[in-house]
Amino acid sequence: MAVLAFREALNQAMREEMQRDERVFLMGEEVGAYNGAYKVSKGLLDEFGPKRVLDTPITELGFTGLGVGAAMAGLRPIVEMMTFNFSLLALDQIVNSAAKMLYMSGGQVGAPMVIRGPGGAGHQLSAQHSQALEAWFCHIPGLKVVTPSTPADAKGLLKTSIRDNNPVIFIESEVLYGLKGEVPEGEYTIPLGVAEIKRPGNDVTLVAHAKMVHVALEAAEELEKEGIDAEIIDPRTLRPLDTETILQSIRKTNRAVIVEEGWPFCGIGAQVVDTIQHQAFDYLDAPILRVTGVDVPMPYAKPLEHLHAPDKARVIDAVHRVTYKN
Amino acid sequence: MASRVLMPKGSDTMTEGKVLKWLKNEGEQVANGDALVEIETDKVDMEVESMASGVLRKVLVQAGETVPVGQMLAVIGKAEEDISSLVSSNGGAAAAKPPAGPQKTETGSKEAAPPQPLARAAAPGPGPAPTPQPTEGGRVLASPLARRIARDTGLDLAAIQGSGPGGRIIRRDVESAAATGAPSAASRVQFAPQGPEFRDEPLSQMRKTIAQRLAQSLGPVPHFYLTIDVDMKKAKELRESANKLNPNLKLTYNDIIVKACAVALIQHPDVNASFTGNAIRYHNRVHLGIAVAIDGGGLITPVVRDCNLKTLQQISTESKDLIARARTRKLKPEEYTGGTFSVSNLGMMGIVEFSAVINPPEGAILAIGSVEEKPVVENGQITIGFRCRMTLSCDHRVVDGATGARFLQSLQQILENPILMAL
Repeated sequence: MAVLAFREALNQAMREEMQRDERVFLMGEEVGAYNGAYKVSKGLLDEFGPKRVLDTPITELGFTGLGVGAAMAGLRPIVEMMTFNFSLLALDQIVNSAAKMLYMSGGQVGAPMVIRGPGGAGHQLSAQHSQALEAWFCHIPGLKVVTPSTPADAKGLLKTSIRDNNPVIFIESEVLYGLKGEVPEGEYTIPLGVAEIKRPGNDVTLVAHAKMVHVALEAAEELEKEGIDAEIIDPRTLRPLDTETILQSIRKTNRAVIVEEGWPFCGIGAQVVDTIQHQAFDYLDAPILRVTGVDVPMPYAKPLEHLHAPDKARVIDAVHRVTYKN
Repeated sequence: MASRVLMPKGSDTMTEGKVLKWLKNEGEQVANGDALVEIETDKVDMEVESMASGVLRKVLVQAGETVPVGQMLAVIGKAEEDISSLVSSNGGAAAAKPPAGPQKTETGSKEAAPPQPLARAAAPGPGPAPTPQPTEGGRVLASPLARRIARDTGLDLAAIQGSGPGGRIIRRDVESAAATGAPSAASRVQFAPQGPEFRDEPLSQMRKTIAQRLAQSLGPVPHFYLTIDVDMKKAKELRESANKLNPNLKLTYNDIIVKACAVALIQHPDVNASFTGNAIRYHNRVHLGIAVAIDGGGLITPVVRDCNLKTLQQISTESKDLIARARTRKLKPEEYTGGTFSVSNLGMMGIVEFSAVINPPEGAILAIGSVEEKPVVENGQITIGFRCRMTLSCDHRVVDGATGARFLQSLQQILENPILMAL
């Protein structure tokens, strides 16, 4: 298998889908001539030309609306947010137009599009540019929300998202773009709504998505030395959420810790907790704990930025508490 | 996280308790389940076990002090942990009165029907649930998983020590209890008949008037007394041959009378009854109290549950254990509450006949005199008989003269023909 960086896997996915389907096109700030702010769209302008790789002005609300219109008209736009922090400017188009179009038109017109780009904290980008906003989008009926954690998942999930007939929010963790991993050769897709067990285990279930999968994996390695065998579930898509895989794991381990980069209040973890307590109540041997970002805006100072995000130590501490081993 | 140690509620009637002695010192390491402090309730002295592991950080109530149920006695936590907020919340904890037990409905029909075996196991009698570690509100803390395993394996959660935070029973506790053969819900209810624990019959106007009139005439519980002379010859033979067959058994007259009472009570449910104020409660199970004098003064009535369904041997073994522990004040609250009828025996002290005072809310009590060799007239001839005089004290609000008399007749018949106990 080829080893690719996360950004290269995404690039492959878009290239293959644009080759396969003429309706697919990419637009966003600096996606063309500059090859993308994070070089995800490298070479696409050269290959597909300016009609299918469009540089837009700094007008998120405008070009996202253009994407919704293009999707309604039968095209399959990929709208790149330079970062998902800027999607806040386009929320009306995303929430009120894209998400609801199929419903409000009685099923006659949908908005098959992908809105993708980097999310989460980067490197000292401070409060306005270091936000994990996936919970916001998960809240909206009509949207699908995808958060890959590996290059292979990124490629397979992006291809499926482009082919999906619904608006898909595709959030790429900014710090994962350089992550390298094996990516299967040839054509493959990964269905939305199917979680993956990133590490099998028996003692506790860690539910983590995007870059938190890697934090959970580090913690699991450490915990293994103490004899605690953690199972790591990566939902991969947060909406629809693969509740069955999570529940199966809870029924086996009887304990859960949910790790997410976002804020705690109304976070993804809250949704997972609800699912577990509702459908696996009799299997719980401990309260479910959540490890989240700290409930404040992201600080600029580097040491404080590190304190904000869930890290290995906090995950280990939570696991100790749910396994009654502290 | 630091845990509070609270004054437990040892029985329904307990409102305060006295700290007798701390079994651990401040600063000492305490493991979950360790005996921590001795307290005196209104009925017994009992050891309170720790529900947490850690260091006994702070003792808030010293030996000799009496405090209300629910008041914080001490704090257990990690050595370096800040417990100042817990300690300062002490007053609030004392003020927070533990919730009272479930209210009995007038008809009793709803609560009288145990919804499922687990609920029955948690509350085997009308007394408080047998929680070895009384927690806030008397609730057994257990994880959902522990509850499910206990339900599936028939284990009684109330008899299991929890090792989780705050004494929470978790999977490992239930599994180790299962492995060591802890009391199971099944064993606890194996004698229990199906159906509700009791039936409340609302008072008729006539019964209300009788209750009022009699109470006015003779104090809160209007007693009357019925005495019968029972031929104990066959009971004596039974006792002797049983003890010959099994010298370890040491069957007593009391055991035989207790069993006979239980059998007779099943035949006369109107005596296995109590007065609730608005109803007469007819108990469907026979929980028989045995009055025991406590060394150094006092009286307590340990209860043999579902007595009619137990063999003489079971009754004998169980009551010996209960009586021995009663004398030394080692009974748990659930072992001396919830009786439906009592016996009081002063025969071993040479008392020929006496009348006992009813143990409310029970409707009657049987006073047993000594079994004596004495001349009796049989078929016009004076012969030597073994006789025992028994006096039934009845609460006239519940048991009328003829009702009590019929019960005594049956009891007499059973004791004079002990084979009836086996039928």
